[in-house]
Amino acid sequence: MRAGTRGHRLLLMGSVLLALVLIGAYASVAGPSDGGGAPQARVEIKDFAYQPATLTVRTGTTVTWINHDDELHTVTASAGRFASPGLEHDETFFQRFAEAGTYTYFCALHPRMTATIIVQ
Amino acid sequence: MSNTIDRRGFLECMAWAGSGLVWVLSGGVLSSRDLAEAAETPSVGGDFSFVQISDTHIGFNGEANKNVLGSLQQAIDRVNALRPAPELVLHTGDLTHGQKPGAFDTLAEALKSVRVGRVFYVPGEHDVFADGGKEYLNRYGRGTVGQGWQSFDYKGVHFVGLVNVLTFKAGGVGALGEDQLEWLEKDLDGLSTSTPIVVFTHIPLWAVYPQWGWTTQDGEQALGYLRRFGSVTVLNGHIHQIMQKVEGTISFHTARSTAFPQPAPGAAPSPGPLKVPVEALGSMLGVREVAYVQGKSPLAVVDSALGRQGP
Repeated sequence: MRAGTRGHRLLLMGSVLLALVLIGAYASVAGPSDGGGAPQARVEIKDFAYQPATLTVRTGTTVTWINHDDELHTVTASAGRFASPGLEHDETFFQRFAEAGTYTYFCALHPRMTATIIVQ
Repeated sequence: MSNTIDRRGFLECMAWAGSGLVWVLSGGVLSSRDLAEAAETPSVGGDFSFVQISDTHIGFNGEANKNVLGSLQQAIDRVNALRPAPELVLHTGDLTHGQKPGAFDTLAEALKSVRVGRVFYVPGEHDVFADGGKEYLNRYGRGTVGQGWQSFDYKGVHFVGLVNVLTFKAGGVGALGEDQLEWLEKDLDGLSTSTPIVVFTHIPLWAVYPQWGWTTQDGEQALGYLRRFGSVTVLNGHIHQIMQKVEGTISFHTARSTAFPQPAPGAAPSPGPLKVPVEALGSMLGVREVAYVQGKSPLAVVDSALGRQGP
């Protein structure tokens, strides 16, 4: 699995584009992005919640989380498969899901924040 | 970073002495009086006093406070100005903001200027989430047992530092865990019921607002071990605002942060940092002084804002 954080500014510009491209990709199964690249999906972190709380994607999809809060949040798999560092405002974390399964995750700082990625 | 106070800061400091409330706990009942009134009798008196600081969040750089080191320094100055000088400082956690690189060092350097005998710490979730508490325990674990639990006696008062941020699970809240509870029960065993107890821990032991995770799931069990004592004072941080409650012989106090305020329970969509006008910020940050008078329980608790109240 590939995971990491990216810098703010470039990503901000990129993420606006990405968001435009991906509107509609939040449906039950996220399709590949335009241009035939690897499928992408996004989760917004806002007001101490992951949105959407349940996201269903195809195998191989890379999910990107972006934190809109002024408080740090993490994306931490309950089963320990992935864990982001503390994400600042506008920081992102991405994770590619190569295997089908149900992945629950939470914020290691605010554990009442929980959500699920379903990979089909 | 400069520690000097500009004219505006000076005026605010001048003003803060006339604002804020002094909390005195007497016979199990809390009463408050204006700090200006208290200034005429500047000390809460007693055999000794100690200070609680909390949630310094070194490394935070959000809109709610762009200078958390500056506001910490204000708190330190406030502590150093207390007469008679407090003898201990208890830091109730979130020393750092998410274990930012260098944050523990920055805090340690800043706290060198606190003129008290010793500073005791318990961790907040921000100090341990990234590495399970490794760095925190390396720095502050000496003299503690388990994972940072500690107790000590000081001039007739039994202090207990509990850790409730190391077992976070998805969907959960603060927790002490069986091992720590067992240690606590043994630690208190044999103490006379007349021994004043001060418990300090990061997340409130009582259910302040479980919807925001402001509670400790097994806190009630810990309180069960404390109910036989005649005077128990429980000091917490985490929620960045003052709340007090008295339950029998146990009084609960949550402290202000020195870094940034958080909204009252349910008053905002989330407990994120509360942005307030710069001139009002000082009134929402603060330190706490607690005085102990031998043979006269309970303890007197005084909360002081760092700056003046907003208009």
